[in-house]
Amino acid sequence: MDTKIIFPEDRESLNLHETEESTAMDPQGQKDPNAFVFTKESLKKKIRPSEFLSEKLITGVAFLSIAIIVLIFFFVFREAFPIFTQKEKKSETQVTAVIPEKYGDTSSGNTVKPEQYGAETPTPENKEEGKTEIKNTGNVIKPERYGVPEDSIQESTGEEEYTGSEISQLTPAETFHLSSLFGKEWMPVSERPRYGLIPLIVGTLKVTLIAILFAAPLAILAALFSVAFAPHWLRETIKPAIEMLAGFPSVVIGFFALTIMATALQAVFGYETRLNAFVGGIAMALAAIPIIFTVTEDSMNAIPETYSEASLALGATRWQTAFFVVLPAATPGIFAAVLLGIGRIFGETMIALMATGNAALLSANPFESVRTLAATIGAEMAEVVFGDTHYSVLFLIGALLFVFTFALNAIAEFYVKGKLMKRFQGKLS
Amino acid sequence: MKELKIETRNLSFYYGNKLALNSVSFNMYANHVTALIGPSGCGKSTFLRTLNRMNDLIPGTRVDGEILIDGLNIYDKDIDVVNLRKKIGMVFQRSNPFAKSIYDNITYGPKINGIHKKEVLDEIVESSLKKAAIWEEVKDRLDHSALGLSGGQQQRLCIARALSVNPEILLMDEPASALDPISTGKIEELIFELKKTFTIIIVTHNMQQAARVSDYTAFFYMGEMVEYGKTKKIFTTPDKKQTEEYITGRFG
Amino acid sequence: MKTSKKITGGLLIGITGFSVFLIIAILIFMLVMIIIGAKGEFSWKFITQFPQNGMTQGGIFPALFGTALMVIIMSVAAVPFGTITAIYLTEYAHEESIISKSIRFAVRTLAVVPSIIFGLFGLGFFIKFIGTGMDNMFNAGQLKWAQPNILWASLTMALLTLPVVIVSVEEAIKSVPREMRDASLALGATKWQTIRKVVIPGARSGILTGTILAISRGAGEVAPILFTGAAYYLAKLPTSLSDQFMSLGYHIYIMSTQSTNVDQTLPIQFATTLVLLLLTFTLNLSAILIRVRLRKK
Repeated sequence: MDTKIIFPEDRESLNLHETEESTAMDPQGQKDPNAFVFTKESLKKKIRPSEFLSEKLITGVAFLSIAIIVLIFFFVFREAFPIFTQKEKKSETQVTAVIPEKYGDTSSGNTVKPEQYGAETPTPENKEEGKTEIKNTGNVIKPERYGVPEDSIQESTGEEEYTGSEISQLTPAETFHLSSLFGKEWMPVSERPRYGLIPLIVGTLKVTLIAILFAAPLAILAALFSVAFAPHWLRETIKPAIEMLAGFPSVVIGFFALTIMATALQAVFGYETRLNAFVGGIAMALAAIPIIFTVTEDSMNAIPETYSEASLALGATRWQTAFFVVLPAATPGIFAAVLLGIGRIFGETMIALMATGNAALLSANPFESVRTLAATIGAEMAEVVFGDTHYSVLFLIGALLFVFTFALNAIAEFYVKGKLMKRFQGKLS
Repeated sequence: MKELKIETRNLSFYYGNKLALNSVSFNMYANHVTALIGPSGCGKSTFLRTLNRMNDLIPGTRVDGEILIDGLNIYDKDIDVVNLRKKIGMVFQRSNPFAKSIYDNITYGPKINGIHKKEVLDEIVESSLKKAAIWEEVKDRLDHSALGLSGGQQQRLCIARALSVNPEILLMDEPASALDPISTGKIEELIFELKKTFTIIIVTHNMQQAARVSDYTAFFYMGEMVEYGKTKKIFTTPDKKQTEEYITGRFG
Repeated sequence: MKTSKKITGGLLIGITGFSVFLIIAILIFMLVMIIIGAKGEFSWKFITQFPQNGMTQGGIFPALFGTALMVIIMSVAAVPFGTITAIYLTEYAHEESIISKSIRFAVRTLAVVPSIIFGLFGLGFFIKFIGTGMDNMFNAGQLKWAQPNILWASLTMALLTLPVVIVSVEEAIKSVPREMRDASLALGATKWQTIRKVVIPGARSGILTGTILAISRGAGEVAPILFTGAAYYLAKLPTSLSDQFMSLGYHIYIMSTQSTNVDQTLPIQFATTLVLLLLTFTLNLSAILIRVRLRKK
């Protein structure tokens, strides 16, 4: 090895003359007296305003996402807030006269307390504003009209089933108590408005349960098939198909459920009400399947191959490995997937509006119409008078939905991820 | 005759709590090639990157000791890192031309320095490419994408790009490790030419390459600089047993 | 013993396979039914005409136009902010820092917040808070901004699609090799110069993908615009940011649930649905193609 190499110093001594000459002749090699030298002055710290500004600006914008979450919290709760303060006051028209402290300040601008600017309390003028807006929206139709006309069971059936003692016991007419939120009747637009959230909550849970019972097994098994059994070409077909399903706008799924699925399912199961919790649940399952599938598949793919290889090496068959090794190892991920699926269904508005029938009935029958929390907001917000009790209750429902999905996401994020990490990193490294 | 260019004094480097370089001290001379050799993970690349403070970019790292260039401590808190890097060119292991034309690759540095005159830029492009011995191959397609060049050409383009800002020192991090023998030969020849103008520090895995191109060699092992001296001496009569073992291929 | 095991295995594999089959079958069934339903009505005229005779005839041009305008305004807001957030997360924040973790958590939360909540927020924040403030300041209290319009609807939608942009731009920025940044920095470029001249150009296709996906999402969502700007019927196209607008998704919803002759307009409803589906599919497909090309590089 040594003999082959010509060391630079030998090479230099061989052509010493040439080297020096070329150094001297190379214009780039000549030391310019003004050229840069490494001195304290030439390398003194420079202030770069654009650098500083861009960093601050980028950092500031990045905080926007956090700010939006906080603002959503704040503004949704702010609009819901009045129902907590006007507890003992008369609702509807009387309210306007009772709270002058908010009313007087609207003109004086921004120096006042946060609840006051923008929060139009139902003063007579503002009420008018609210009304003009409704006209502009063009949504002059009453909420009872949502859903398909022929099965508008809404008000009438509701009245028949729950009248009498329960109600009068809960709310003396025209007064709003917080406790009335726990009432069994949701009847915001009537002579004597009732804001009982129970039927809405039960309805939402009912639809969610139906949807998740349908979506979760289907999506999880499909993901298992895709990961463990499908040949390469089939996997490459399943993925785009699921992505395509994920690309369906929920209004399209809702429309499909409303026009085609409802009729088809009615023909099969023979129930009475065409639009009901069952139809809505199945339709929402279609919206939740892509999420559950994707998250499940990801978590199955994240399982180290050594896991299944070890199982196969012990003589287990492919299906045994899939069901007894892959599936259990992916449980935290599947759990997260189901949570996210529930979150998606729980807050789904358009499908609920279009396919569940929208009657706030309190019943355990899956084939009866229901009205979900999200659909209630979607259907009624456009018609309420800004600032009145109904308006605030709708925002309160929104706040509930928000807190619920926020919590679901937080659980999926922190609990599940932590568990997943411990499982694999702990055992592998 | 020998002009001292870079001097490190008790240079230590930490990734978090992990010591990556332990009190390294030696001198590098102007217009000479210094090779840094040693097994992977020995700290040679880390050392190279402390010379232009590229390691500053990695969060959680810390430097102790001093690096003096022309007598100036570059880790002094008043030093402007951005300007410092302009005077210290760097060539990386994987050729990394920007996804731009050949011309734009070379003018990137000058433009950042505020040079926008077309004639000046043209001149810089030509001279940089000539210095990197690639001018003849690309002069007719300066507006083509640099990604269309072969690996060896890309690496020489990267050298040309490093030269475009007139540095005094050229750091090379295994510049030929991903190249075929012919391209490697060209790069080595180029290094030999470039040292007339620049101070060159080169990290290499390839012992023969170190022997062929460098005047001085430093052998790193486990974060320590084990031995440093004239290349011929290191390769023929090393003082330390570890150095001999590494050079003769008994480990690493 | 062995055969029973085999049967169990076959059965279990069969169930998983059937799940896949069922999902794909429903998907195809949906597509086919919508296409069949739309067949009679779907035409060039349908896309370019205004609705006629109380929306029982004619086309959906204003809804298409309104959707397009809305997603454009939405992109103008969402893309820069999303891109900058992605740049912060990849280039400035330390991966393990609390700030970066909280921002990521916020982004993921934004992605799962029900879309109706965005609608409520748009109403409470943009219309009632900002809108009222603007009216008091510029309009002497006259009602102009404190009511639903296309600007508020687009901004509300921008918040909803922000995570979509952030996620795909972040992915694209991460695909710009570390060495490129190093090369730029070693040449004496500052961090911001490197980002502007190397990172952002390298992530261009990712930004494009993000924009397309956001548009596709925004075009299909209805809940956020229910009470922030969408209108049932407008005789003319929106000309100012304070106008309301018609949108495809809202049109489907309102026609299928609230119009007086639901049955008579059924073909129009199907055709509108098909248009919306085609729109989102084309957008998604192009985003996928760009992404595939990006990955190959």
